[in-house]
Amino acid sequence: MLRFVVRRLLLLVPVLIGLSVLLFAWVRALPGDPARSLLGERATDAGVERINEVYGFDRPLVEQYVSYVGALLRGDFGTSIQTGRPVTESFIDYFPATIELAVTALLFAVVIGVPLGYLAARHQGRWLDTTVVTGSLLGVVTPVFFLAILLKLVFANWLGWLPTGLRQDPRIDATHVTNFYVLDGFLTQEWDAAFNAMAHLVLPAIALGTIPLAIIVRITRAAVADVLNEDYVRTAHAKGLAAATISRRHVLRNALLPVVTTIGLQAGLLLSGAVLTETVFSFNGIGSYLFTAITRRDYPVLQGFILFIALLYCLINLLVDVVYGLIDPRVRAA
Amino acid sequence: MSIPIPPAGPSTTPGASVALDDKDLEGGLSLWQGAFRRLRRSPTAWCGAVIVALFVVVAAAAPLLTSYQPGSTQWAGDVTTTEIPGPSADHWLGLDRYGSDLWTQLVYGARQSLLYGVISTVLGLAVGATLGALAGGFGAVGGRFGTVVDATIMRLVDIMLAVPSLLLAVSIAAMLGQSGTAVVIAIGAAQVPVFARLLRGSMLAQGKADYVLAANALGLRRSRIVMSHMLPNSMGPTIVQATLNLATAIIEVAALSYLGLGAPDPAIAEWGRMLVAAQDRFDDAARLAILPGVAIAITALGFTLFGEALRESLDPRTRR
Repeated sequence: MLRFVVRRLLLLVPVLIGLSVLLFAWVRALPGDPARSLLGERATDAGVERINEVYGFDRPLVEQYVSYVGALLRGDFGTSIQTGRPVTESFIDYFPATIELAVTALLFAVVIGVPLGYLAARHQGRWLDTTVVTGSLLGVVTPVFFLAILLKLVFANWLGWLPTGLRQDPRIDATHVTNFYVLDGFLTQEWDAAFNAMAHLVLPAIALGTIPLAIIVRITRAAVADVLNEDYVRTAHAKGLAAATISRRHVLRNALLPVVTTIGLQAGLLLSGAVLTETVFSFNGIGSYLFTAITRRDYPVLQGFILFIALLYCLINLLVDVVYGLIDPRVRAA
Repeated sequence: MSIPIPPAGPSTTPGASVALDDKDLEGGLSLWQGAFRRLRRSPTAWCGAVIVALFVVVAAAAPLLTSYQPGSTQWAGDVTTTEIPGPSADHWLGLDRYGSDLWTQLVYGARQSLLYGVISTVLGLAVGATLGALAGGFGAVGGRFGTVVDATIMRLVDIMLAVPSLLLAVSIAAMLGQSGTAVVIAIGAAQVPVFARLLRGSMLAQGKADYVLAANALGLRRSRIVMSHMLPNSMGPTIVQATLNLATAIIEVAALSYLGLGAPDPAIAEWGRMLVAAQDRFDDAARLAILPGVAIAITALGFTLFGEALRESLDPRTRR
């Protein structure tokens, strides 16, 4: 197992080196003088000089790359042109919000998706199956941002059941220890703050979780349907095992493999979907942070952000492979 | 030297077919002919095809479906901060917040989505399939050179896959600046790794097929085996993916304009930008947000249904 993890980690190295070269080239490939294009319309000679000093655009390319990688290794992902704030610092501030949102969304997708897919497979061709399949198809084709807008429109603007946006009502005087607002509420025992933060999570999590939900339903349904047709399931029935035992030990365990892979693959979707969802709900996570960076053409922030997300995405995929190896011994051997 | 060679066809998995009757024996039909025959019998394929056809007709015939110009704000005077005129005889779906005719904007928006969606997918397919065919072809042939070409291409693809596709598109679009070309290149480029990986995979799988072995034994040139035997037989999954990607591409075009990375020209109607503009007028005119969103979803549904049906009709397991 350890060898498997180490080999997968080593495979990441060339990918990350390549990505850092591309990202390094990215800002320098902008048309014209990099310092000027970074500053945009507000470029002044003094500003250009300052940027050149900070980023070293006037030094040889190799030297620039070496210092860029050196900074990355020290955890320095660049500094915002607009605010002068280190990107890493902003991440630490905004990231808990996105994790909170993504985890809630994924929970929503898995807790509803896996049982629903299982039930659909068990009742293939019946109305439950048809409804589930049609519903999941609609879930896949609805754009995240449109669903977010729709949910906000119906449940916040019209019905007024849930808040329209933000992470917590600003009128609530909450103490923030970890920046995970729900967790903070529980830690400090400020129950109203915790519940308020949870209410703010509901709509964004449903919006973000719907596409993963639809995909998980479809994969679970297909996987369970496949396993139900296997000889060993028939054998288990024939030797008189209880139906519940067969479902748990034979069907679910074997059907779980593709489902786990799918759940892992959704991580990328959640991260990019978060950019759109957070924008709709003014939810202050790294998604809105990226959106602001895009609108202001804050390239160092974009550069740092992409690398950070890629790193995270690769690690999640590695984690999925490890889980996969734990479930299926054949993967470890390969 | 010329030796007659048997027609290239997919290998049949041993033991895959059970209990054949006359109808099942699609003797003499090629992979695609058989798939087409199954496709014609699939209600899912018909649903998808009708939606796609409708979308194409609306996009092509936009000037005939409305008597107004897109982006024309000539009724801006009728729009107040509290009220946007709703449906009327002159304006079937009412006006939008800038005083343009909503129906006109929607119809011309279809044009934009089709254009950007199709061009970007074709671009992604062309580049991705070329890379995939090179990697798969050289990988299947083997040898030191072949392995190096395959590995180099696939490491490049791995790097692109390390960034989630929408974020890849966002970063490319942000780098190229606000323009239609930037959107097309960004969304096309984000699709490249998927196509490359898929085609390489199925080509490597074909490399072990009996007919490739046979062609090898007959002494055919490797380039000929790869180009006229392995490649045509490997394209199936890639074509299916391209159809499904059209749906994603149309959604991503809207997503990029939603994030402010679309074409900046306000005279061009675009569904994603219509959604953004509608957001702060929820309470008085929800239709401004709902209609473009529904248009995106229905179009994506059409391509998805058709793609799924195509996938099923090409899948040997459903050939019954």
